[in-house]
Amino acid sequence: MSFDPYVAVIRFGMGLSPHRATPARAEDLLAEVSGPDAMAAAHVLPPYAEAEPSLRTQAAANSARHRAKGTDAFDELDRRVNDLRKEALAQQERNLRATYSRAIDSTYGFRERLTAFWADHFTVIMPGGNRRHLVSPYIEEAIRPHVGGRFADMLRAVETHPMMLIYLQQVPSVGPNSQSGQRSNRGLNENLAREMLELHTLGVGSGYTQTDVRELAELLTGLTFSNSEGRFFDPKRAEPGAETVLGVTYSEEPDLDVIHAVLDDLARHPKTAQHLATKLAQHFVADDPAPELIAAIASAYTETDGDLMACYAAMLSHPAAFAQPAQKIRQPFDFIVGGLRALGLQSADIASFDTKEYRRYLFNPLRLMGQSWQRPTGPDGWADRAEDWIIPQTMAGRISWAMGVPRHLLDPLPDPREVVHWALGPNAAPEVIFAAGSAETPREGIGVIFASAAFNRR
Amino acid sequence: MDRRSFLTRLGAIGCTAAASPLITPVALAAGPWDNRLVVIILRGGMDGLDVVRPVGDPNYAALRSTMAEGDVPFDAGFYQFHPNLAPLAPLWADGSFGAVHAVSTPYRDQRSHFDGQDILEAGTSDTNASRHDGWLNRMLQVVPGVTTETAYAIGQEQMLILQGDAPTNRWSPDARLQLSAQAHRLLDVVVHDDPLFRNAMGQAVVITDQLKADAENIEAITENMMGDSMMAAVTGGNHTKLAEFAVTRLLGESRIASFSLGGWDTHQDQARNIPRALTALSDTILTLRAGLGPVWEKTAVLCLTEFGRTARENGTRGTDHGTGGALLYAGGALRGGQVTGAWPGLAEADLYARRDLMPLGDVRATAGLVMQGLFGLNRDVIESAVFPGLQMAESPNILL
Repeated sequence: MSFDPYVAVIRFGMGLSPHRATPARAEDLLAEVSGPDAMAAAHVLPPYAEAEPSLRTQAAANSARHRAKGTDAFDELDRRVNDLRKEALAQQERNLRATYSRAIDSTYGFRERLTAFWADHFTVIMPGGNRRHLVSPYIEEAIRPHVGGRFADMLRAVETHPMMLIYLQQVPSVGPNSQSGQRSNRGLNENLAREMLELHTLGVGSGYTQTDVRELAELLTGLTFSNSEGRFFDPKRAEPGAETVLGVTYSEEPDLDVIHAVLDDLARHPKTAQHLATKLAQHFVADDPAPELIAAIASAYTETDGDLMACYAAMLSHPAAFAQPAQKIRQPFDFIVGGLRALGLQSADIASFDTKEYRRYLFNPLRLMGQSWQRPTGPDGWADRAEDWIIPQTMAGRISWAMGVPRHLLDPLPDPREVVHWALGPNAAPEVIFAAGSAETPREGIGVIFASAAFNRR
Repeated sequence: MDRRSFLTRLGAIGCTAAASPLITPVALAAGPWDNRLVVIILRGGMDGLDVVRPVGDPNYAALRSTMAEGDVPFDAGFYQFHPNLAPLAPLWADGSFGAVHAVSTPYRDQRSHFDGQDILEAGTSDTNASRHDGWLNRMLQVVPGVTTETAYAIGQEQMLILQGDAPTNRWSPDARLQLSAQAHRLLDVVVHDDPLFRNAMGQAVVITDQLKADAENIEAITENMMGDSMMAAVTGGNHTKLAEFAVTRLLGESRIASFSLGGWDTHQDQARNIPRALTALSDTILTLRAGLGPVWEKTAVLCLTEFGRTARENGTRGTDHGTGGALLYAGGALRGGQVTGAWPGLAEADLYARRDLMPLGDVRATAGLVMQGLFGLNRDVIESAVFPGLQMAESPNILL
């Protein structure tokens, strides 16, 4: 089966909307990613380097308060710390609002989907309210600019990013035989090295050994972060001697260039091509995608030395990308966005929500559907098979949103018999058309559309 | 009303609800057996060496220089329990809490949480085996009389351990659903041809309806917890809601419940970070015990984790992913008050790969033994259908 404009927007984008065009060919979707980033310009999110309150700002406020203990200045400095905490929460809310706005206003939403895909691939989780607002800025800085570029560039940006160094505990890792290691009794932390191989590049079970993990962890020593200096390379922490990872021996002189070299090699590894191709096909097309589809993406990756646009082009031009019946589940965020778009809402319509409304309609429902905002359970991100998303309690969450939320978003509600076509496209399932027209109220009519299997699958 | 005042109010009522007429009928409801099994997955890799400390081993103190603090709440001579398990001291004393040490799943060398948990829940010996079929589900497949009420996966977390062909139920205590009759009828229409959606929606409707009907029973059940001095230590929070929901099911037709508790991945500042996870665990066990009342005597609780952690502290006062660890268990149907299992020693040469506690037992053997004892399953069924390839002979006896 060849390109279908409606399947394209539903399966690879954020869903149909009466305000947005549909693509005429696969190149239109690709152009949304390779062209200027209109959504980032329209709904600004600060990159990590500019996000406030930064870790540095917070650390400075905390130590100023600490130094002022017992003096008259303490109360004001204590207020300052509390204000920063509130500001961090407010920024977290702005992050989600901007992410929703981009998804709602984007033409097709392919770039937004890809950004979410890679952000999940390189999951960073920040517990605690004073750091969580920095996750979106990390994505904005390390991931989004590379979504239409080369994987190796994204890998470098991510693996040396302060958020990743903090999350996967690279910051405290010290070479046992380094200057700092000898002096302090501190040692190696393998976490970043392990997840780099298992999750970010080659993939689990791809043949690397515990020795590779350890050698890579030793090679990474020196790469660290501090609140005052940001990310930097500290030769005093670097394990002396050459390390051998996957059969390649790297320079004895540790520095950031050596780390870049190993990352480039990991990006170029054939297992990485296979792993990334599988994940792309599994995320966009089917839980168990056709092997030919995976092979097509993987060979595009290999032939272009990891050019991601070539991978997406290979995916979109492969017959299996459109021949596959709708099997994947709209993830909760995409479910809500798809609903808002089908209802004809635009970002301006949700911009007026106060914090309480925003939490009730856009934030809390994500948790009830099983996708707490930026809080998956581990560095492997969200489990993405159909049976991971559709279980009784999360189905209850989807039904509750479908039945309960749209009436708070627009008044009067549109006619469900119209909405059903924006939700499902021109070939809407007859049983959903029937149900939408048979409901006792527009509220329930719209509810059954969004709760239908046909809307939730793509 | 917050949890503390709720408990206080219950405490003020006194201890009469144990005999409440509302409890007895549900407790008599039918199931394939009368015994109950609760499996708690401790996600993140619980450090068995810190939770059940082998202080009698001459090498222990040197390996764990920053983690030895705190009063000893109860001990088994060679072993001392972590201070934050103090609320479980009465259970240890009455023989309804214990541990098996130096055990693990068959998972070796890769030390990944996700594969480790998959192997633990799949009950297989390697990652390549069927990853979407759990051992509790396979056990249900060989037992007659199982219904969707027999086993519950509880919470927002996916529970591979209960996934598979046998019917099971899943619910999270925070899910709600209110539907008109017409909306319900139309929803049936729009999910009818998709079994995944049809089943999920069907179960969601059944459970919420039941919970409404059960409201009185739940009230009575939670009242059963009143006046229990041990419950004063319970902190509340999501984990106690999971346990409370498990109680409502286990007092009804359900015989198996499984859910997970996180917070065990203590790479850093373990002495500061592990108490929260231990407190959640002891809260959970105490909530089960208080809520189940007399049914506690027929209950086994197994707390399993994907792997233990490195014997040595790492450079950041934490521990990294390891191999052997401890299995904690509770319940009146098991023989507690003991730490069993062979001890491999902690000298460098005794460690697995010179870094981790050497596992001498398989957690599956212990789980198999409990299913044999509680549910009367044949050993060869366990060794073939439930845990293919397992040899159960080596398991220490924790049955009564």
